Amino acid sequence: MPSLQSLRRKIASVKNTQKITKAMKMVAAAKLKRAQDRILSSRPYAHRLREVVRHLAERASRFCHPLLHKREGRTTELLVITSDRGLCGAFNANILRQAAEFLKEHAERGERVSVSVAGRKGCDFFRRRTWTIRQEWPGIFDRLSFEHALDMGQDIIQHYNDGTFDQLYVVYNEFKSVMQQRVVVEKLLPIESLAEEAAREPAMAVGAYLFEPDEHELLETLLPKHFQVQAFRVLLESAAAEQAARMTAMDGATRNAGELIQKVTLFYNKTRQAAITKELMDIVGGAEALK
Amino acid sequence: MAATDKTVPSGKLLLEVVTPDKLLVSEYVDQISAPGTEGDFGVLPGHCHFLTTLRIGELHYRIGEAEHYMSVLWGFADVTPHKVTILAEIAEKAEDIDVERAQSAVAQAEERLERGGLPSEVEEARVSLEKARLRQKVAERLQKQGHA
Repeated sequence: MPSLQSLRRKIASVKNTQKITKAMKMVAAAKLKRAQDRILSSRPYAHRLREVVRHLAERASRFCHPLLHKREGRTTELLVITSDRGLCGAFNANILRQAAEFLKEHAERGERVSVSVAGRKGCDFFRRRTWTIRQEWPGIFDRLSFEHALDMGQDIIQHYNDGTFDQLYVVYNEFKSVMQQRVVVEKLLPIESLAEEAAREPAMAVGAYLFEPDEHELLETLLPKHFQVQAFRVLLESAAAEQAARMTAMDGATRNAGELIQKVTLFYNKTRQAAITKELMDIVGGAEALK
Repeated sequence: MAATDKTVPSGKLLLEVVTPDKLLVSEYVDQISAPGTEGDFGVLPGHCHFLTTLRIGELHYRIGEAEHYMSVLWGFADVTPHKVTILAEIAEKAEDIDVERAQSAVAQAEERLERGGLPSEVEEARVSLEKARLRQKVAERLQKQGHA
């Protein structure tokens, strides 16, 4: 039988925890709003860039760029996007489970695999595993900006061009809705979708296009840019999904804390009542005895 | 694409300046001049199809009598007869530039350039000086306009 004092302490402590989870939920909600806005506002750029790349690809299809070209090699890199902070439910666990499965599967097929990780949680996970970490970017989600995507894109493209790996997949949490995040695995390199699109829409030439500098050089700068924008999109999606997951987790925690408080308070009141009753009985019993 | 072409009033150009963060400008304009990597170029309505990369420089556009200036740092320009799309990594409208900050950035970059160091550091300093000077120039244009 716990003492009344320890019960009071317990209630106070759960109440404090509840305050914190509630605050975290609200912070996550505010951050989620911002993250969603950023996804929306980054869309025009991605959209326009796609258009420009298509314009170019329509006319420059005879040029074959290494980033578009499928290679024979059997080295696969997986880019894993996790979060920097915990307390966001199964967000990281889901990603890491999927990533580990992916790596195992590809390794079994006789491919050489390596990983690059964004987010501190993923770094911690892979450091304790046997997979080779080629590159890591911890702590970028606090102040996520396009520069991070730029950095990432440059590094990845350089290694791709150097032949460190022949294909690149990314695994990340897609932001579907506040209640729903979905783990997706996407192939980022080589950029197949663009090549296919260009092949499907053969030059609907609307008169000559002028290029400055020439087509090849433009492709040379446009494609990496396209990749960077893709990377940025993935990072933004993941950041939004993280906040959504945290919000849901903290909402659950707040509710659980509420339930716990109710239960313990009930027990506390019962115990208190029992103690009072017992004391009264003692007094009444004492008075009876004096008669 | 054809649909957007049709909605543009004749004699006008739709100018769109987009950065990774947002759609900065989307307006019907009369004339544009922009800094291409192989020289500045001007665009009037009905320009032929043209795709180029941009360097660090000043983007200028005119709506009626009103002149507007912007700084653009790297990117692409996609020109069609009725529409110009500028995809820039960083772009700022003249009225959004903080003149004092731009000035102190110039001073800082100059100092760093003088100090020297590794070639990569010098290159970095040179680029940031160029950026800072451009921002200063663009911002001052607006001030001059304001006084005139």
